[in-house]
Amino acid sequence: MPVSTSPLGQPIWRRRTTRAQWLQYLAWLAGGSLFLLCWKLISDNTMWVFVEDAGRQGADLISRMTPPEWGYANVLWKPMWDTLNIATLGTALGIIMAFPVAFLAARNTTPHPLIRSAALVVIVSSRSINSLIWAMLLVTILGPGVLAGIIAIALRSIGFVGKLLYEAIEEIHPTPVEAISATGASRMQVMNYGVLPQVMPAFAGISVYRWDINIRESTVLGLVGAGGIGLQLNASINSLAWDQVSVIFVMIFATVLVSEGISARVRHAII
Amino acid sequence: MLTLSGVAKRYPTGDRALTDIDLTLPNGQVMALIGPSGAGKSTLIRCVNRLVEPTQGSILLEDTELTKLSGHKLRHARRSMGMIFQEYALVDRLSVMENVLSGQLGYVGFWRSFLRRYPQEAVVEAFRLLERVGLTHAIDKRADALSGGQRQRVGISRALLQSPKLLLVDEPTASLDPKTSRQIMRLIRELCAERDLAAIINIHDVALAKQFADRIVGLRAGEIVFDGDPSELTSEILTTIYGEEDWDTTPEPMDDEVSDDPRDTASYGAAPAMAVGGGQ
Repeated sequence: MPVSTSPLGQPIWRRRTTRAQWLQYLAWLAGGSLFLLCWKLISDNTMWVFVEDAGRQGADLISRMTPPEWGYANVLWKPMWDTLNIATLGTALGIIMAFPVAFLAARNTTPHPLIRSAALVVIVSSRSINSLIWAMLLVTILGPGVLAGIIAIALRSIGFVGKLLYEAIEEIHPTPVEAISATGASRMQVMNYGVLPQVMPAFAGISVYRWDINIRESTVLGLVGAGGIGLQLNASINSLAWDQVSVIFVMIFATVLVSEGISARVRHAII
Repeated sequence: MLTLSGVAKRYPTGDRALTDIDLTLPNGQVMALIGPSGAGKSTLIRCVNRLVEPTQGSILLEDTELTKLSGHKLRHARRSMGMIFQEYALVDRLSVMENVLSGQLGYVGFWRSFLRRYPQEAVVEAFRLLERVGLTHAIDKRADALSGGQRQRVGISRALLQSPKLLLVDEPTASLDPKTSRQIMRLIRELCAERDLAAIINIHDVALAKQFADRIVGLRAGEIVFDGDPSELTSEILTTIYGEEDWDTTPEPMDDEVSDDPRDTASYGAAPAMAVGGGQ
Protein backbone atom coordinates (compact mmCIF):
# COMPACT_ATOMS: atom_id res chain seq x y z
CA MET A 1 0.00 0.00 0.00
CA PRO A 2 1.63 3.25 -1.08
CA VAL A 3 0.56 5.06 2.06
CA SER A 4 3.22 6.60 4.30
CA THR A 5 3.42 9.29 6.92
CA SER A 6 4.96 12.70 6.32
CA PRO A 7 7.31 14.25 8.94
CA LEU A 8 4.35 16.37 10.03
CA GLY A 9 2.37 13.23 10.87
CA GLN A 10 -0.09 13.53 7.96
CA PRO A 11 -0.83 10.44 5.86
CA ILE A 12 0.57 10.58 2.32
CA TRP A 13 -1.04 8.68 -0.51
CA ARG A 14 0.60 7.88 -3.85
CA ARG A 15 -0.91 6.04 -6.78
CA ARG A 16 1.90 3.47 -6.91
CA THR A 17 4.61 2.25 -4.62
CA THR A 18 8.17 3.29 -5.57
CA ARG A 19 8.85 -0.22 -6.78
CA ALA A 20 5.74 -0.34 -8.98
CA GLN A 21 6.65 3.09 -10.38
CA TRP A 22 10.15 1.95 -11.41
CA LEU A 23 8.75 -1.27 -12.91
CA GLN A 24 6.42 0.84 -15.00
CA TYR A 25 9.25 3.05 -16.31
CA LEU A 26 11.14 -0.13 -17.17
CA ALA A 27 8.16 -1.52 -19.07
CA TRP A 28 7.90 1.69 -21.14
CA LEU A 29 11.64 1.50 -21.87
CA ALA A 30 11.35 -2.13 -23.01
CA GLY A 31 8.34 -1.34 -25.20
CA GLY A 32 10.06 1.68 -26.79
CA SER A 33 13.22 -0.33 -27.52
CA LEU A 34 11.23 -3.11 -29.17
CA PHE A 35 9.49 -0.57 -31.41
CA LEU A 36 12.81 0.99 -32.51
CA LEU A 37 14.33 -2.43 -33.13
CA CYS A 38 11.42 -3.42 -35.40
CA TRP A 39 11.69 -0.07 -37.18
CA LYS A 40 15.36 -0.75 -37.94
CA LEU A 41 14.63 -4.27 -39.22
CA ILE A 42 11.97 -3.02 -41.63
CA SER A 43 14.18 -0.16 -42.74
CA ASP A 44 17.07 -2.55 -43.54
CA ASN A 45 14.80 -4.70 -45.69
CA THR A 46 13.31 -1.80 -47.65
CA MET A 47 14.77 -0.89 -51.01
CA TRP A 48 15.04 2.81 -50.46
CA VAL A 49 15.73 3.58 -54.13
CA PHE A 50 12.14 2.73 -54.89
CA VAL A 51 10.79 4.70 -51.99
CA GLU A 52 12.85 7.78 -52.81
CA ASP A 53 10.98 8.42 -56.05
CA ALA A 54 7.58 7.59 -54.48
CA GLY A 55 6.47 11.19 -54.86
CA ARG A 56 7.30 11.23 -58.55
CA GLN A 57 5.65 7.84 -59.14
CA GLY A 58 2.53 8.92 -57.25
CA ALA A 59 2.27 12.14 -59.22
CA ASP A 60 2.74 10.16 -62.41
CA LEU A 61 -0.07 7.76 -61.48
CA ILE A 62 -2.39 10.63 -60.67
CA SER A 63 -1.59 12.33 -63.95
CA ARG A 64 -2.45 9.12 -65.79
CA MET A 65 -5.68 8.74 -63.83
CA THR A 66 -6.85 12.25 -64.64
CA PRO A 67 -8.94 13.28 -66.37
CA PRO A 68 -11.17 10.22 -65.78
CA GLU A 69 -12.57 8.75 -68.98
CA TRP A 70 -16.20 9.50 -68.08
CA GLY A 71 -17.56 7.82 -71.17
CA TYR A 72 -16.42 4.49 -69.73
CA ALA A 73 -19.11 4.78 -67.04
CA ASN A 74 -21.69 3.56 -69.59
CA VAL A 75 -20.00 0.16 -69.62
CA LEU A 76 -20.06 0.07 -65.81
CA TRP A 77 -23.77 0.29 -65.00
CA LYS A 78 -24.37 -3.41 -65.57
CA PRO A 79 -21.40 -4.65 -63.45
CA MET A 80 -22.32 -2.17 -60.72
CA TRP A 81 -25.85 -3.57 -60.70
CA ASP A 82 -24.35 -7.06 -60.45
CA THR A 83 -22.26 -5.91 -57.49
CA LEU A 84 -25.34 -4.59 -55.67
CA ASN A 85 -27.15 -7.85 -56.37
CA ILE A 86 -24.25 -9.92 -55.11
CA ALA A 87 -24.20 -7.91 -51.88
CA THR A 88 -27.96 -7.91 -51.31
CA LEU A 89 -28.73 -11.50 -52.26
CA GLY A 90 -25.59 -12.73 -50.49
CA THR A 91 -26.60 -10.89 -47.31
CA ALA A 92 -30.14 -12.27 -47.48
CA LEU A 93 -28.88 -15.80 -47.96
CA GLY A 94 -26.34 -15.39 -45.17
CA ILE A 95 -28.95 -14.06 -42.74
CA ILE A 96 -31.32 -16.93 -43.47
CA MET A 97 -28.57 -19.41 -42.62
CA ALA A 98 -27.15 -17.43 -39.69
CA PHE A 99 -30.49 -17.09 -37.89
CA PRO A 100 -30.93 -20.72 -36.81
CA VAL A 101 -27.19 -21.11 -36.24
CA ALA A 102 -27.26 -18.21 -33.75
CA PHE A 103 -30.07 -19.82 -31.76
CA LEU A 104 -28.15 -23.09 -31.66
CA ALA A 105 -24.98 -21.28 -30.58
CA ALA A 106 -26.42 -19.13 -27.79
CA ARG A 107 -25.91 -20.68 -24.37
CA ASN A 108 -29.46 -19.98 -23.24
CA THR A 109 -31.30 -21.31 -26.32
CA THR A 110 -29.15 -24.21 -27.51
CA PRO A 111 -30.77 -27.63 -27.21
CA HIS A 112 -27.49 -29.33 -26.24
CA PRO A 113 -23.88 -28.28 -25.46
CA LEU A 114 -22.59 -30.49 -28.28
CA ILE A 115 -24.87 -28.78 -30.80
CA ARG A 116 -23.64 -25.48 -29.42
CA SER A 117 -20.03 -26.45 -30.13
CA ALA A 118 -20.94 -27.49 -33.67
CA ALA A 119 -22.72 -24.16 -34.26
CA LEU A 120 -19.72 -22.27 -32.90
CA VAL A 121 -17.42 -24.17 -35.28
CA VAL A 122 -19.67 -23.10 -38.18
CA ILE A 123 -19.48 -19.49 -37.05
CA VAL A 124 -15.73 -19.49 -36.50
CA SER A 125 -14.90 -21.19 -39.79
CA SER A 126 -17.13 -18.76 -41.68
CA ARG A 127 -15.50 -15.80 -39.94
CA SER A 128 -11.92 -16.97 -40.29
CA ILE A 129 -12.04 -16.97 -44.10
CA ASN A 130 -12.28 -13.64 -45.92
CA SER A 131 -14.95 -13.25 -48.62
CA LEU A 132 -12.23 -12.84 -51.24
CA ILE A 133 -10.82 -16.26 -50.32
CA TRP A 134 -14.30 -17.80 -50.23
CA ALA A 135 -14.82 -16.32 -53.72
CA MET A 136 -11.54 -17.79 -54.98
CA LEU A 137 -12.54 -21.25 -53.73
CA LEU A 138 -16.03 -20.96 -55.18
CA VAL A 139 -14.84 -19.70 -58.57
CA THR A 140 -12.74 -22.85 -58.77
CA ILE A 141 -15.75 -25.00 -57.88
CA LEU A 142 -18.64 -23.19 -59.58
CA GLY A 143 -16.77 -21.37 -62.31
CA PRO A 144 -16.57 -17.59 -62.62
CA GLY A 145 -19.69 -15.48 -62.32
CA VAL A 146 -22.17 -13.77 -60.05
CA LEU A 147 -23.33 -16.98 -58.34
CA ALA A 148 -19.89 -17.62 -56.85
CA GLY A 149 -19.88 -14.05 -55.54
CA ILE A 150 -23.32 -14.37 -53.95
CA ILE A 151 -22.39 -17.59 -52.17
CA ALA A 152 -19.03 -16.19 -51.07
CA ILE A 153 -20.74 -13.19 -49.48
CA ALA A 154 -23.37 -15.43 -47.88
CA LEU A 155 -20.80 -17.79 -46.38
CA ARG A 156 -18.80 -14.93 -44.90
CA SER A 157 -21.95 -13.28 -43.53
CA ILE A 158 -23.07 -16.38 -41.60
CA GLY A 159 -20.22 -15.98 -39.15
CA PHE A 160 -20.60 -12.23 -38.70
CA VAL A 161 -24.38 -12.19 -38.28
CA GLY A 162 -24.35 -15.47 -36.33
CA LYS A 163 -21.78 -14.27 -33.82
CA LEU A 164 -23.34 -10.88 -33.15
CA LEU A 165 -26.83 -12.37 -32.99
CA TYR A 166 -25.93 -15.16 -30.57
CA GLU A 167 -24.24 -12.61 -28.32
CA ALA A 168 -27.45 -10.56 -28.41
CA ILE A 169 -29.48 -13.67 -27.55
CA GLU A 170 -27.25 -14.40 -24.57
CA GLU A 171 -27.81 -10.88 -23.26
CA ILE A 172 -31.61 -10.93 -23.17
CA HIS A 173 -33.57 -10.55 -19.94
CA PRO A 174 -34.18 -14.02 -18.53
CA THR A 175 -37.39 -13.19 -16.62
CA PRO A 176 -39.77 -12.81 -19.60
CA VAL A 177 -38.44 -16.15 -20.86
CA GLU A 178 -39.13 -17.66 -17.44
CA ALA A 179 -42.62 -16.19 -17.46
CA ILE A 180 -43.43 -17.61 -20.89
CA SER A 181 -42.11 -21.05 -19.88
CA ALA A 182 -44.25 -20.88 -16.74
CA THR A 183 -47.44 -20.63 -18.87
CA GLY A 184 -46.76 -24.13 -20.20
CA ALA A 185 -45.47 -22.90 -23.58
CA SER A 186 -43.45 -25.27 -25.75
CA ARG A 187 -39.80 -24.65 -26.58
CA MET A 188 -40.59 -23.08 -29.93
CA GLN A 189 -43.29 -20.88 -28.38
CA VAL A 190 -40.82 -19.69 -25.75
CA MET A 191 -38.41 -18.72 -28.57
CA ASN A 192 -41.19 -16.96 -30.46
CA TYR A 193 -42.66 -15.03 -27.52
CA GLY A 194 -39.86 -14.75 -24.97
CA VAL A 195 -36.64 -14.52 -27.00
CA LEU A 196 -37.46 -13.24 -30.49
CA PRO A 197 -39.08 -9.90 -29.55
CA GLN A 198 -36.10 -9.14 -27.35
CA VAL A 199 -33.48 -9.71 -30.08
CA MET A 200 -35.43 -8.26 -33.03
CA PRO A 201 -33.87 -4.75 -32.88
CA ALA A 202 -30.35 -6.19 -32.61
CA PHE A 203 -31.08 -8.61 -35.45
CA ALA A 204 -32.33 -5.88 -37.79
CA GLY A 205 -29.40 -3.62 -36.92
CA ILE A 206 -26.81 -6.37 -37.47
CA SER A 207 -28.34 -7.37 -40.81
CA VAL A 208 -28.33 -3.86 -42.22
CA TYR A 209 -24.79 -3.31 -40.96
CA ARG A 210 -23.63 -6.50 -42.68
CA TRP A 211 -25.35 -5.47 -45.94
CA ASP A 212 -23.43 -2.22 -45.77
CA ILE A 213 -20.12 -4.08 -45.32
CA ASN A 214 -21.04 -6.53 -48.09
CA ILE A 215 -21.52 -3.72 -50.64
CA ARG A 216 -17.91 -2.75 -50.03
CA GLU A 217 -16.64 -6.33 -50.07
CA SER A 218 -18.50 -7.28 -53.23
CA THR A 219 -16.72 -4.53 -55.20
CA VAL A 220 -13.46 -6.47 -55.03
CA LEU A 221 -14.83 -9.99 -55.58
CA GLY A 222 -14.44 -9.52 -59.35
CA LEU A 223 -10.67 -9.45 -58.88
CA VAL A 224 -10.83 -13.24 -58.55
CA GLY A 225 -13.54 -13.64 -61.18
CA ALA A 226 -16.63 -13.72 -58.98
CA GLY A 227 -18.56 -11.10 -60.98
CA GLY A 228 -19.40 -7.47 -60.40
CA ILE A 229 -17.45 -4.31 -60.90
CA GLY A 230 -14.23 -5.92 -59.68
CA LEU A 231 -13.94 -7.73 -63.03
CA GLN A 232 -13.81 -4.36 -64.81
CA LEU A 233 -11.36 -3.04 -62.23
CA ASN A 234 -9.08 -6.00 -62.80
CA ALA A 235 -9.26 -5.63 -66.59
CA SER A 236 -8.55 -1.90 -66.49
CA ILE A 237 -5.58 -2.29 -64.13
CA ASN A 238 -4.12 -5.08 -66.27
CA SER A 239 -4.36 -2.98 -69.41
CA LEU A 240 -2.90 0.03 -67.52
CA ALA A 241 -6.00 2.07 -68.40
CA TRP A 242 -5.69 4.26 -65.31
CA ASP A 243 -8.21 6.82 -66.53
CA GLN A 244 -10.81 4.01 -66.49
CA VAL A 245 -9.68 2.87 -63.04
CA SER A 246 -10.38 6.32 -61.64
CA VAL A 247 -13.95 6.20 -63.02
CA ILE A 248 -14.43 2.87 -61.26
CA PHE A 249 -13.09 4.31 -58.00
CA VAL A 250 -15.48 7.26 -58.19
CA MET A 251 -18.36 4.89 -58.86
CA ILE A 252 -17.52 2.59 -55.94
CA PHE A 253 -17.11 5.59 -53.68
CA ALA A 254 -20.53 6.94 -54.64
CA THR A 255 -22.21 3.56 -54.14
CA VAL A 256 -20.67 3.00 -50.73
CA LEU A 257 -21.66 6.51 -49.73
CA VAL A 258 -25.28 5.88 -50.70
CA SER A 259 -25.40 2.46 -49.01
CA GLU A 260 -23.93 3.90 -45.84
CA GLY A 261 -26.62 6.58 -45.84
CA ILE A 262 -29.38 4.03 -46.38
CA SER A 263 -28.16 1.68 -43.66
CA ALA A 264 -27.74 4.51 -41.16
CA ARG A 265 -31.30 5.63 -41.88
CA VAL A 266 -32.76 2.12 -41.67
CA ARG A 267 -30.95 1.36 -38.41
CA HIS A 268 -32.18 4.60 -36.97
CA ALA A 269 -35.74 3.76 -37.96
CA ILE A 270 -35.63 0.27 -36.41
CA ILE A 271 -33.88 0.90 -33.11
CA MET B 1 -54.66 -29.16 -3.14
CA LEU B 2 -50.90 -28.57 -3.08
CA THR B 3 -48.73 -30.74 -0.88
CA LEU B 4 -44.98 -30.41 -0.53
CA SER B 5 -43.22 -33.13 1.41
CA GLY B 6 -39.54 -33.25 2.17
CA VAL B 7 -38.69 -30.81 -0.59
CA ALA B 8 -35.04 -29.76 -0.69
CA LYS B 9 -32.98 -27.81 -3.15
CA ARG B 10 -29.22 -27.63 -3.31
CA TYR B 11 -27.74 -25.51 -6.10
CA PRO B 12 -24.77 -26.89 -8.07
CA THR B 13 -22.61 -24.31 -6.28
CA GLY B 14 -23.32 -26.21 -3.05
CA ASP B 15 -25.67 -23.58 -1.60
CA ARG B 16 -28.53 -25.16 0.28
CA ALA B 17 -31.58 -23.09 -0.65
CA LEU B 18 -34.25 -25.31 0.90
CA THR B 19 -34.09 -28.11 3.44
CA ASP B 20 -36.90 -30.54 4.07
CA ILE B 21 -39.95 -28.36 3.41
CA ASP B 22 -43.33 -29.83 4.36
CA LEU B 23 -46.29 -27.68 3.45
CA THR B 24 -49.95 -28.23 2.59
CA LEU B 25 -52.07 -25.63 0.88
CA PRO B 26 -55.83 -26.22 0.99
CA ASN B 27 -58.20 -25.11 -1.78
CA GLY B 28 -58.80 -21.38 -1.99
CA GLN B 29 -56.26 -20.40 0.65
CA VAL B 30 -54.09 -17.34 0.18
CA MET B 31 -50.77 -17.97 1.89
CA ALA B 32 -48.06 -15.38 2.33
CA LEU B 33 -44.48 -16.57 2.42
CA ILE B 34 -42.26 -14.16 4.32
CA GLY B 35 -38.60 -14.24 5.20
CA PRO B 36 -35.33 -12.38 4.65
CA SER B 37 -33.70 -12.10 1.22
CA GLY B 38 -31.99 -15.36 0.36
CA ALA B 39 -34.22 -17.43 2.65
CA GLY B 40 -35.39 -19.50 -0.32
CA LYS B 41 -38.83 -17.98 -0.95
CA SER B 42 -38.32 -17.62 -4.71
CA THR B 43 -36.70 -21.04 -4.93
CA LEU B 44 -39.67 -22.58 -3.15
CA ILE B 45 -42.32 -21.28 -5.55
CA ARG B 46 -40.09 -21.98 -8.56
CA CYS B 47 -39.73 -25.57 -7.39
CA VAL B 48 -43.50 -25.91 -7.57
CA ASN B 49 -43.74 -25.05 -11.28
CA ARG B 50 -40.30 -26.52 -11.92
CA LEU B 51 -38.57 -23.40 -13.17
CA VAL B 52 -36.10 -24.68 -10.57
CA GLU B 53 -35.61 -28.42 -10.19
CA PRO B 54 -35.97 -29.58 -6.57
CA THR B 55 -33.19 -32.00 -5.60
CA GLN B 56 -35.44 -34.17 -3.43
CA GLY B 57 -38.92 -34.51 -2.04
CA SER B 58 -42.30 -34.70 -3.69
CA ILE B 59 -44.77 -32.02 -4.77
CA LEU B 60 -48.37 -33.04 -5.34
CA LEU B 61 -50.80 -30.75 -7.15
CA GLU B 62 -54.16 -32.42 -6.59
CA ASP B 63 -53.24 -35.93 -7.81
CA THR B 64 -50.29 -35.06 -10.02
CA GLU B 65 -46.75 -35.65 -8.83
CA LEU B 66 -45.00 -32.60 -10.29
CA THR B 67 -41.38 -33.54 -9.64
CA LYS B 68 -41.45 -36.53 -12.02
CA LEU B 69 -43.01 -34.77 -15.01
CA SER B 70 -41.20 -33.90 -18.19
CA GLY B 71 -41.90 -32.65 -21.70
CA HIS B 72 -45.54 -32.53 -22.68
CA LYS B 73 -46.84 -33.54 -19.24
CA LEU B 74 -44.86 -30.81 -17.52
CA ARG B 75 -46.26 -28.21 -19.94
CA HIS B 76 -49.71 -29.55 -19.22
CA ALA B 77 -49.22 -29.23 -15.45
CA ARG B 78 -47.76 -25.74 -15.75
CA ARG B 79 -50.97 -24.50 -17.36
CA SER B 80 -52.77 -24.92 -14.07
CA MET B 81 -50.22 -22.83 -12.16
CA GLY B 82 -50.25 -19.13 -12.98
CA MET B 83 -47.16 -17.16 -12.00
CA ILE B 84 -46.85 -13.45 -11.23
CA PHE B 85 -43.42 -11.86 -11.06
CA GLN B 86 -41.64 -9.11 -9.18
CA GLU B 87 -40.46 -7.16 -12.23
CA TYR B 88 -43.69 -8.12 -14.04
CA ALA B 89 -41.69 -10.19 -16.59
CA LEU B 90 -43.71 -8.89 -19.53
CA VAL B 91 -42.26 -9.02 -23.01
CA ASP B 92 -41.63 -5.31 -23.53
CA ARG B 93 -41.83 -5.22 -27.30
CA LEU B 94 -45.14 -7.07 -27.50
CA SER B 95 -48.49 -5.36 -27.05
CA VAL B 96 -50.58 -5.65 -23.90
CA MET B 97 -52.98 -7.99 -25.70
CA GLU B 98 -50.16 -10.25 -26.91
CA ASN B 99 -48.74 -10.38 -23.42
CA VAL B 100 -52.09 -11.38 -21.95
CA LEU B 101 -52.76 -13.94 -24.70
CA SER B 102 -49.39 -15.54 -24.05
CA GLY B 103 -51.12 -17.02 -21.00
CA GLN B 104 -52.84 -19.34 -23.51
CA LEU B 105 -49.59 -20.68 -24.98
CA GLY B 106 -49.95 -23.96 -23.10
CA TYR B 107 -53.28 -24.57 -24.83
CA VAL B 108 -52.60 -23.65 -28.47
CA GLY B 109 -50.18 -25.07 -31.01
CA PHE B 110 -47.08 -23.33 -32.30
CA TRP B 111 -48.43 -22.07 -35.63
CA ARG B 112 -51.61 -20.69 -34.11
CA SER B 113 -49.58 -18.77 -31.54
CA PHE B 114 -47.02 -17.71 -34.17
CA LEU B 115 -49.76 -16.29 -36.39
CA ARG B 116 -51.55 -14.86 -33.33
CA ARG B 117 -54.70 -16.82 -34.22
CA TYR B 118 -56.01 -17.55 -30.76
CA PRO B 119 -59.33 -19.32 -30.19
CA GLN B 120 -62.21 -16.86 -29.98
CA GLU B 121 -63.09 -17.89 -26.39
CA ALA B 122 -59.54 -17.06 -25.29
CA VAL B 123 -59.72 -13.63 -26.90
CA VAL B 124 -63.09 -12.93 -25.27
CA GLU B 125 -61.69 -14.02 -21.91
CA ALA B 126 -58.63 -11.80 -22.42
CA PHE B 127 -60.88 -8.80 -23.06
CA ARG B 128 -62.91 -9.65 -19.97
CA LEU B 129 -59.79 -9.90 -17.81
CA LEU B 130 -58.35 -6.64 -19.09
CA GLU B 131 -61.65 -4.97 -18.31
CA ARG B 132 -61.65 -6.53 -14.85
CA VAL B 133 -58.19 -5.13 -14.05
CA GLY B 134 -59.08 -1.77 -15.61
CA LEU B 135 -56.82 -1.74 -18.66
CA THR B 136 -59.32 -1.69 -21.55
CA HIS B 137 -57.82 1.56 -22.84
CA ALA B 138 -54.30 0.10 -23.07
CA ILE B 139 -54.95 -3.04 -25.16
CA ASP B 140 -52.94 -1.86 -28.17
CA LYS B 141 -50.13 -0.19 -26.25
CA ARG B 142 -46.73 -1.76 -26.06
CA ALA B 143 -46.05 -3.31 -22.65
CA ASP B 144 -43.11 -0.99 -21.98
CA ALA B 145 -45.35 2.05 -22.36
CA LEU B 146 -47.22 1.25 -19.14
CA SER B 147 -46.52 2.24 -15.55
CA GLY B 148 -45.46 -0.28 -12.90
CA GLY B 149 -48.92 -0.85 -11.48
CA GLN B 150 -50.44 -1.23 -14.94
CA ARG B 151 -47.74 -3.68 -15.98
CA GLN B 152 -48.40 -5.82 -12.93
CA ARG B 153 -52.10 -5.87 -13.89
CA VAL B 154 -51.10 -7.19 -17.31
CA GLY B 155 -48.96 -9.83 -15.56
CA ILE B 156 -51.96 -10.82 -13.43
CA SER B 157 -54.22 -11.06 -16.49
CA ARG B 158 -51.67 -13.25 -18.26
CA ALA B 159 -51.52 -15.61 -15.27
CA LEU B 160 -55.31 -15.80 -15.05
CA LEU B 161 -55.76 -16.48 -18.77
CA GLN B 162 -54.11 -19.84 -18.06
CA SER B 163 -57.28 -20.69 -16.06
CA PRO B 164 -55.04 -21.78 -13.20
CA LYS B 165 -55.99 -23.57 -10.01
CA LEU B 166 -53.04 -22.12 -8.16
CA LEU B 167 -51.27 -18.76 -8.30
CA LEU B 168 -47.56 -18.52 -7.58
CA VAL B 169 -46.78 -14.91 -6.83
CA ASP B 170 -43.19 -13.77 -6.47
CA GLU B 171 -42.77 -10.38 -4.75
CA PRO B 172 -45.69 -8.75 -6.60
CA THR B 173 -45.22 -5.38 -4.93
CA ALA B 174 -41.47 -5.05 -4.52
CA SER B 175 -41.16 -2.56 -7.38
CA LEU B 176 -44.34 -0.61 -6.64
CA ASP B 177 -45.18 2.38 -4.48
CA PRO B 178 -47.14 1.75 -1.23
CA LYS B 179 -50.52 2.73 -2.64
CA THR B 180 -50.20 0.73 -5.86
CA SER B 181 -48.85 -2.18 -3.79
CA ARG B 182 -52.00 -2.35 -1.79
CA GLN B 183 -54.21 -2.03 -4.85
CA ILE B 184 -52.36 -4.90 -6.51
CA MET B 185 -52.56 -7.06 -3.37
CA ARG B 186 -56.26 -6.32 -3.04
CA LEU B 187 -56.79 -7.23 -6.69
CA ILE B 188 -54.95 -10.54 -6.31
CA ARG B 189 -56.93 -11.26 -3.15
CA GLU B 190 -60.27 -10.52 -4.85
CA LEU B 191 -59.46 -12.53 -7.95
CA CYS B 192 -58.52 -15.50 -5.76
CA ALA B 193 -61.87 -15.22 -4.01
CA GLU B 194 -63.81 -14.86 -7.27
CA ARG B 195 -62.19 -17.86 -8.91
CA ASP B 196 -61.60 -19.91 -5.78
CA LEU B 197 -57.85 -19.98 -6.39
CA ALA B 198 -55.18 -20.95 -3.93
CA ALA B 199 -52.12 -18.71 -3.90
CA ILE B 200 -48.61 -18.63 -2.51
CA ILE B 201 -47.43 -15.04 -2.29
CA ASN B 202 -43.79 -14.23 -1.57
CA ILE B 203 -43.70 -10.86 0.04
CA HIS B 204 -41.22 -8.66 1.88
CA ASP B 205 -43.75 -6.30 3.37
CA VAL B 206 -44.95 -7.89 6.62
CA ALA B 207 -47.77 -5.37 7.04
CA LEU B 208 -49.19 -6.22 3.62
CA ALA B 209 -48.83 -9.93 4.32
CA LYS B 210 -50.75 -9.61 7.58
CA GLN B 211 -53.46 -7.57 5.92
CA PHE B 212 -54.10 -9.65 2.82
CA ALA B 213 -53.22 -13.29 3.63
CA ASP B 214 -55.22 -16.06 5.31
CA ARG B 215 -52.07 -17.71 6.53
CA ILE B 216 -48.46 -16.76 6.97
CA VAL B 217 -45.44 -19.01 6.59
CA GLY B 218 -42.05 -17.73 7.70
CA LEU B 219 -38.95 -19.03 5.98
CA ARG B 220 -35.45 -18.64 7.32
CA ALA B 221 -32.33 -20.12 5.71
CA GLY B 222 -34.41 -22.61 3.75
CA GLU B 223 -36.49 -23.88 6.66
CA ILE B 224 -40.00 -23.13 7.83
CA VAL B 225 -39.79 -21.39 11.20
CA PHE B 226 -43.37 -20.13 11.47
CA ASP B 227 -46.70 -21.31 10.12
CA GLY B 228 -49.90 -19.77 11.37
CA ASP B 229 -52.58 -17.15 11.36
CA PRO B 230 -51.60 -13.51 10.59
CA SER B 231 -52.72 -12.51 14.10
CA GLU B 232 -50.19 -14.87 15.66
CA LEU B 233 -47.32 -13.03 14.04
CA THR B 234 -45.74 -11.23 16.99
CA SER B 235 -42.51 -9.31 17.37
CA GLU B 236 -40.82 -12.38 18.86
CA ILE B 237 -41.74 -14.45 15.83
CA LEU B 238 -40.55 -11.75 13.46
CA THR B 239 -37.25 -11.84 15.34
CA THR B 240 -36.96 -15.62 14.79
CA ILE B 241 -37.67 -15.11 11.09
CA TYR B 242 -35.61 -12.03 10.34
CA GLY B 243 -33.23 -11.64 13.27
CA GLU B 244 -33.03 -9.01 16.01
CA GLU B 245 -34.75 -5.69 15.23
CA ASP B 246 -36.97 -3.22 17.04
CA TRP B 247 -40.20 -4.23 15.28
CA ASP B 248 -42.58 -1.75 16.84
CA THR B 249 -40.96 1.28 15.24
CA THR B 250 -41.21 -0.15 11.72
CA PRO B 251 -43.07 2.57 9.83
CA GLU B 252 -46.29 1.33 8.29
CA PRO B 253 -47.35 3.28 5.22
CA MET B 254 -51.04 2.82 5.95
CA ASP B 255 -52.37 6.28 6.65
CA ASP B 256 -53.39 7.42 3.13
CA GLU B 257 -56.34 5.05 2.77
CA VAL B 258 -58.41 4.41 5.83
CA SER B 259 -61.11 2.14 4.40
CA ASP B 260 -58.65 -0.55 3.34
CA ASP B 261 -60.65 -3.70 3.72
CA PRO B 262 -59.34 -6.59 1.63
CA ARG B 263 -62.81 -8.00 1.12
CA ASP B 264 -64.40 -4.69 0.19
CA THR B 265 -65.34 -5.62 -3.37
CA ALA B 266 -68.04 -2.96 -3.59
CA SER B 267 -65.52 -0.10 -3.59
CA TYR B 268 -63.50 -1.80 -6.32
CA GLY B 269 -65.05 0.01 -9.29
CA ALA B 270 -63.19 3.22 -8.54
CA ALA B 271 -59.88 1.55 -7.76
CA PRO B 272 -58.50 0.77 -11.22
CA ALA B 273 -58.93 4.34 -12.41
CA MET B 274 -57.04 5.52 -9.35
CA ALA B 275 -54.36 2.92 -9.93
CA VAL B 276 -53.83 4.26 -13.40
CA GLY B 277 -53.13 7.68 -12.00
CA GLY B 278 -51.37 6.45 -8.91
CA GLY B 279 -49.01 4.14 -10.69
CA GLN B 280 -47.58 6.65 -13.13
